[in-house]
Amino acid sequence: MNETIIIVFLGLIAGGILLSLIRMLIGPTASDRAVAVDTITTTIVGMLVILAFVFDRYIYLDVALVYSLLAFVGLCAIARFMERGF
Amino acid sequence: MELVGVIITGIGVLFLFLGNFGILRLPDVYNRIQAGTKCTTFGTFFTVIGIGIIQPEWFWKCLLIAVFVMFTNPISSHAIARASKKSGIPLCDRSVVDQTREFEEKEEA
Amino acid sequence: MILIVSFLVVAMLAAAVSAYFFKDLLSAVIASCMVSLLAAVLFFFLHAPDVAMAEASIGAALVTAVFVIAIRRTKRYEE
Repeated sequence: MNETIIIVFLGLIAGGILLSLIRMLIGPTASDRAVAVDTITTTIVGMLVILAFVFDRYIYLDVALVYSLLAFVGLCAIARFMERGF
Repeated sequence: MELVGVIITGIGVLFLFLGNFGILRLPDVYNRIQAGTKCTTFGTFFTVIGIGIIQPEWFWKCLLIAVFVMFTNPISSHAIARASKKSGIPLCDRSVVDQTREFEEKEEA
Repeated sequence: MILIVSFLVVAMLAAAVSAYFFKDLLSAVIASCMVSLLAAVLFFFLHAPDVAMAEASIGAALVTAVFVIAIRRTKRYEE
């Protein structure tokens, strides 16, 4: 896996994060923004695994695991608030 | 073996990009949830498994991350969809069928 | 690689500025959640995975839950 392929993969993922970030900035309701943050989180998990391969450290895979778990908890808190109202 | 891993990772990265593109492009919240969950779950699964095939010592931990994302991502998207339906966000103009409203009308009748 | 780090910094700044300008406070909480998630990736780039884990857990889960409870006790829209 040489340098060029890694740059292309990371560039595609960064472009995807840019598109979702635009949706998070212009989204009409709060649900749109929550969906955009959910998608960015799942995209970044893939990015972190590729970066762990680039840096060649086994222990860096733990960060991806913790990242997916904790973003899930935060989004569930937001969704529970939106469902119940005041 | 490394070529197979690179191809699988490339498929996963392409699906991640397309899922994010759907987030920007589709008309209302429910369509965006559909693009943002299906495409990114598939894409993350293939990306992580591809890295696990390239480095065979990492395979089991990569499989653990992939299974974990496959469990948590549909739950959070389901919670957001249910919350936005209950808080009264309308569907877009071009949508054809709304089965929850039909179900509620049948319950009331 | 430096281009991707610059992009992440710009994205983090855009999320932070948007958290200042939103009138719906729940959207502002979501934007601040986004800031912590991107800051965790930047710590990962600096070869500090433990700090990245702490930032993700505190910033994304705990602070979001505390702010949501605070909005529930007060009101959601800013005048």
